[in-house]
Formats: sequence, structure tokens, C-alpha cells
Amino acid sequence: MNEIIKVEHLSKKFGDHEVLKDINFSVKSGNVTCIIGSSGSGKSTLLRCINLLETATSGEILYKNENVLTSKKISSYRAKVGMVFQGFNLFENMNVLQNCKIGLTKVLKEDKEQAEKESLYFLEKVGMLPYINAKPRQLSGGQKQRVAIARALAMKPDVLLFDEPTSALDPQMIGEVLKVIKELAQEGFTMIIVTHEMAFARDVSNYVIYMKDGVICEEGSPEEIFNNPKREETMEFLHRFTNL
Amino acid sequence: MNTLPQDFFGRIVFIIQKYGFTLIEGAGTTLIIALIGTIVGCLIGFVVGVIQTIPISKKDNIFKRIFVRLIKIVLDIYVEVFRGTPMMVQAMFIFYGSAIMFNIRMDMWTAAYFIVSINTGAYMAETVRGGILSIPEGQTEGAMAIGMTHFQTMLYVIIPQALRNIMPQIGNNLIINIKDTCVLSSIGVVELFFVTKTVSGAYYTVFEAYSITMIIYLIMTVFFSKLLRLFEKKLNGPEDYSLSTTDTLAYTSGMLKYPDKEVHHE
Repeated sequence: MNEIIKVEHLSKKFGDHEVLKDINFSVKSGNVTCIIGSSGSGKSTLLRCINLLETATSGEILYKNENVLTSKKISSYRAKVGMVFQGFNLFENMNVLQNCKIGLTKVLKEDKEQAEKESLYFLEKVGMLPYINAKPRQLSGGQKQRVAIARALAMKPDVLLFDEPTSALDPQMIGEVLKVIKELAQEGFTMIIVTHEMAFARDVSNYVIYMKDGVICEEGSPEEIFNNPKREETMEFLHRFTNL
Repeated sequence: MNTLPQDFFGRIVFIIQKYGFTLIEGAGTTLIIALIGTIVGCLIGFVVGVIQTIPISKKDNIFKRIFVRLIKIVLDIYVEVFRGTPMMVQAMFIFYGSAIMFNIRMDMWTAAYFIVSINTGAYMAETVRGGILSIPEGQTEGAMAIGMTHFQTMLYVIIPQALRNIMPQIGNNLIINIKDTCVLSSIGVVELFFVTKTVSGAYYTVFEAYSITMIIYLIMTVFFSKLLRLFEKKLNGPEDYSLSTTDTLAYTSGMLKYPDKEVHHE
């Protein structure tokens, strides 16, 4: 399988503080990569660098063998790499349907009718079809996140990035959002997921990256990472979760 | 009848009968200058406020950075000068001063609209900037993440929300303008205050004439403050929404097909 995203020697500094140090990894098309690690380990920053919401200090991010850090077509790259945020970031001034439609009509320049049909399709996929007239503030967290997923899907991205999609939700809502993501994984969507849900990461991913203090500490298949971690730090980290 | 009654209400009635139409005309002038000034001022404010919030990144080319910086500096000076000097002084300076110094002969009405608009613009620029900054960063990120440009993000996501947040301030500006147009009497604009001065002088009925004028100002300001409240409510949109289907099981049953083409993922 071809590598759709390849990160090479990526580093990111906030002033003197080096948040990411020489990160190297690649994502194969159709694979689900989960990034785990404790808070402050640089997981989210890495994801935000991939979507260019943060500017990497050095290194390369190759998307289909093109370095996006020097590319001029930032907007069209972002349209191809969808992002789902911890805080949902739905447009508060639009209802559910408009949230999905706006990217299709304004960025992809689709005509309104086609955009509406596609939006409805994806909203149904995430189980939010009955709520198309609701404003974001009228929805629960889980519902908002499902709309956010539909909004990202509607753009027909090549890769979907999830930045702790369930961290702001209660256990029941976590379930409904993870269910949607699992279905996408089964359909073969390429995804990079930053998560604290270990059981979910084990079930859904083809590849797991454990990050600690801004570096990739250990990476491998979910069996390798969760069943026989080689590094002591990984064991310690996972131990805390299984002991809960 | 041309003799002045001796009691307060008698005099009020007398003034209204004799000068009512003139006063209404003056109020109309006040209102139209205030309204147009506020609307044009808001447009100026939006343009300036949006330009002030254009991000400059190190990745942009040097000419673009210098150009944007330069415009920002010019706009900063504009805001500081017009916010920092009294409107009455500006009126004298622009209408009489420029005529003498630069031989620019602006007619009185142009000058009036210009002064109120440019003043409101200076205040609104800061208000709009504040309104834009008050929208959480996440909204911008959400828009950027689906590939919107800075301009699109502003137009479709940020400004509609900022507009709602600054509506009270727009209302404030309109009310201030209704009152402050009275300084334009200094350049000879016959608005409500100018008319009142004339009316009160004619029969020396200062208290009565100004009582009427106070009430007229109050009616105008209260009317517009209530009207804008209503408009705010409308901007908030309806509180409830109806589910598009009452069948709660429907949304798990795969009723919809992806239009035209298959869902493609590589």
C-alpha cells in the first residue's frame, strides 16, 4: 500500500520549549493509526502540525510525496485532510445542515443541491439526520461531535485526523462517537487518531504510536504495543490504564 | 392668534401649533444624518476592523507583509485621530478649515454625512476588532480545517457571529449619533437643536421649547433602542428546532444513498 502521509524529522518549538523532536512516521492509505501518550507529550501538536494549524519549526510533511510545508496550496491541502477537534468547533452561527454544506459549496464549489444531498447522506451516516435544523448550542456533546465528523466526511478527505475526539464527553457519549469512528475504520477510511481510549485504540487501529516527551517512544502493531511492549515507559504508561 | 399664553401648557401648545412642523423637520434631519452616518460608519468600521485582524505570517512574501503593515498603520492613525478629537472641532476643521486652506468647498450636507460617518467608523473599527477577537479560536480552526481561506472564514463564520455580539454597540452608536448630530449646528445644518434654538429665541420660551425637544430626542432614542433589541432577538434565531423526522429509528436504517457517485476512499 502507498504511503499517503509521511512525516520526516519534524520538530516544533514554542519559543525555547521543544514540543516535538525529530518525529518520523508514515501513514499508509486505508490504515488507522492511533497516537497514544500522556497529556503534554505532543500528540495534539503533532496532529495540528499535520493539518498546518501549527507551523512546524523544521522537517517535512509529505502528502502524496509533496512537501506541504513549502506548498502554496494550503487551503486545498486542508480540504483533503479532514480534522475533528476535541472541542467540536462547529460553526455556531449555522445549523447542522449548513455546517456540513458550507465547505462543499464554498470550498469545493459544488452546487447547492448536490451539496445538500451529500451532506444529508453523511449526517445520516453519523445518525444526526433528524437534527439538521438544530443549532450547535442545542445539541449534546456527542451529537456535536458526530456532526463534526459528518462535516469532515462531507469534504471527501483522503485522510481524517481526530484530535482527542472523545475527551470532552461523558462515557455514554464516548460510546456513540467511537461507534461512528469504528464504522469508518471498517469501511477503510485512512485515519490518524489521537486518543486516551486504550481499548478503542487497540480494537480499531492497524498501527499504534506511543509518544512521550515529544518523541515517538515506541511504535508498532496494536498487538505489539498493547500485549508485548518493549520499552519500560510504554509498559508503565499502559499499566496505569489497565489498572484503573 | 399671536399672543403668547402665560401658562406652561398653553405655551407648549402655542409652540407646537406655530413651529410643530419646523421642529419635526429638524428632527427628520437629525434622524437621517444619524441613520446614514451610522450605516456608513458601520461599513467603514467593518472594513477597517477586518483589515486590522488580517494575520501576517512569516511565510507571506515581503511585499505583501510591508503592504499590509503599511495599511494597518494608516488605519491606526485614522482611528486615533477621529476618536481622539471632538466631533465639533472636526466639523469646524473640515467644513471651514479645508475651505480656507485647501480651497475644498464641500457643501454642508456632504460635510455633515462625512463627519458623522467617519467618526462612527473610527469607533466601530475598534468595536468590530473586539467583536472579531471575541469569537473563540476554535471557530477559525474549524473553518481552516475544511479548507476555507482567511477571507471565507471571516465572511461566513466570524463576521456573522461578531455582528451578533456587537449589535448592542451598534445600537449605542446610533443613539449617540442621534444626540451628537446637534454639534453639526455649528456648521449651519438645520437639525433639531438648531431649530429649537431659533424657536426658543423667537418668543423667549426657552424652557417650553427645550422641553418639547427633549421629548422628541427621547422618543427617537428609545424607539431605536427597542427596535434594535427586536433585531437582536431575530438574529438569535428560533429557540426550538423541529426534528426532520419523528421516526427515531429512521436514522439508523440507511435510507439515503450517496448521490450520483459511490463514496470514494482510496
